[in-house]
Amino acid sequence: MAYIFQQSLNALQLGSIYALIALGYTMVYGILTMINFAHGDLFMVGAFFCFLIAVYLHLSFVPTLLLSMLGVAFLGVVIERFAYKPLRNAPRVSAIITALGVGLFLENFTLALSPYPKHIPQLLGNTTWTLGSLSLSSLQILIIALSLVLMLILDFIVQRTKAGMAMRAISWDKTIVPLMGVSVDKIISLTFAIGTGLGGAAGVMYGLAYPIIDPYMGIMVGWKAFICAVVGGIGNIRGAMIGGFILGAVEIMVAAFLPSTYRDVVAFTLLLILLIVRPYGILGKPQPQKV
Amino acid sequence: MPLLEIQKLTHRFAGLCAVSDFNFAIEPHELVGIIGPNGAGKTTVFNLITGVYRASEGSIKFEDQELVGLTPHKITRSGIARTFQNIRLFKELSVLDNVRIAHYGQIAYTPAEALLHIGRFRAEEKRITSQALDLLSIFKLDEMAGEKAKNLPYGLQRRLEIARALATKPKLLLLDEPAAGMNPNEIIQLMEFIGWIRQTFSVTIILIEHQMRLVMGICERIVVLDFGATIAAGLPAEIQNHPRVLEAYLGVEVTP
Repeated sequence: MAYIFQQSLNALQLGSIYALIALGYTMVYGILTMINFAHGDLFMVGAFFCFLIAVYLHLSFVPTLLLSMLGVAFLGVVIERFAYKPLRNAPRVSAIITALGVGLFLENFTLALSPYPKHIPQLLGNTTWTLGSLSLSSLQILIIALSLVLMLILDFIVQRTKAGMAMRAISWDKTIVPLMGVSVDKIISLTFAIGTGLGGAAGVMYGLAYPIIDPYMGIMVGWKAFICAVVGGIGNIRGAMIGGFILGAVEIMVAAFLPSTYRDVVAFTLLLILLIVRPYGILGKPQPQKV
Repeated sequence: MPLLEIQKLTHRFAGLCAVSDFNFAIEPHELVGIIGPNGAGKTTVFNLITGVYRASEGSIKFEDQELVGLTPHKITRSGIARTFQNIRLFKELSVLDNVRIAHYGQIAYTPAEALLHIGRFRAEEKRITSQALDLLSIFKLDEMAGEKAKNLPYGLQRRLEIARALATKPKLLLLDEPAAGMNPNEIIQLMEFIGWIRQTFSVTIILIEHQMRLVMGICERIVVLDFGATIAAGLPAEIQNHPRVLEAYLGVEVTP
């Protein structure tokens, strides 16, 4: 019983990191109908920002987190402005290939600067409480709580503010939104800033939980988060959150009861099955083509 | 001084000249109709005015400000709103949100104020919600405020689209075939409705229409387009029997 509870906690931790990254995929898809395949690498850049700030500026956790988020958000906006915006009216395939290219650039640029894996210093005193056979770390609680807070803030922005209203409107009909007096470019920049900023936050938390970071760490995690976004229904913000927690739970349960090398197999099998049974995701809506 | 003045407006789509050398002016508070057969370039003119397309040549001046080259959201904020031939509502948003979003340019609060729930955030959100509700009740749509726009019957969707356009507080309203899909009875109601809007909101209106009954009934002046060029302009009575208009609509009699 304690074992199951312990594993659920681990699942929540991993799931909340996946969910934060998945949000970036889903928000960009919702607004531009493109998959930003550089997003996993932006997550990696978040972890490296965290490393740089902690090692060279000796800041404590909160400023490190905020600066890393801001840094990644800024990078996301710059990438959108210079790499994706010129392709806004091009076929989606061009934009997606560009995104893959941007991802490769980020990986190799980081690799050129830092060829060896880095170790993120402990930013927080990590206390572990033991209750019988159950062990609870303060870091684990922090990651889960912080992710939930960030997701609540995002939900508030999207559902309750004028910018969120504009985002929802753009995801339904991009051409007429400007005729409501909304600057679409600004909203797209804002979406990128928020989406990639959340990815940056996930990078920092991941770096704290698993402190060895390398330039390729974003690839697999990025793919997994993309699965979460698709599982939840791509373009659907709440779906991405649900998808993140589902995949987190599945992976931890696989690792707990099966050999842990099956983790990725199960994750990708889950995606395949879902695509067959419910191609539009859990919260997505089928969009019948009109003939 | 005219409210809107279009001079030598020309627009080409990859060689096809959709609008050629179009000249037009409208005074404040006028109601002018633009008619013409399918494909004559009427909707293109609206797209050029609102910045959806950027004109190849020519100038569009609104209150003496050049519009060619401005982005659509700036043009909207300067006071031009439109509806669409095929209704373009935000189908998955509520009726209320459809109108609320049109207030976007009039909301003043910063992202920080929104996140921290301080300053103008609550007051501004409350203000636009109540303005949107007022507008909906004027249009007798307030009972459906919470309904998704796509669930409204067709006639009410058309009405909502006009309400949404008016929510941007326009000086000039462009109506693109408001009578499309309406029966003669509804058209008579629509005529009264458009006249009423013009009085209540004191807007200038340009109307694109196919339904001759509507155009002849309410427009003070009419411009006839065919193949992107103006073929006639004048009072409804003059247009009705204009030989080139009859020709454009009915074709030329073949003399054996």
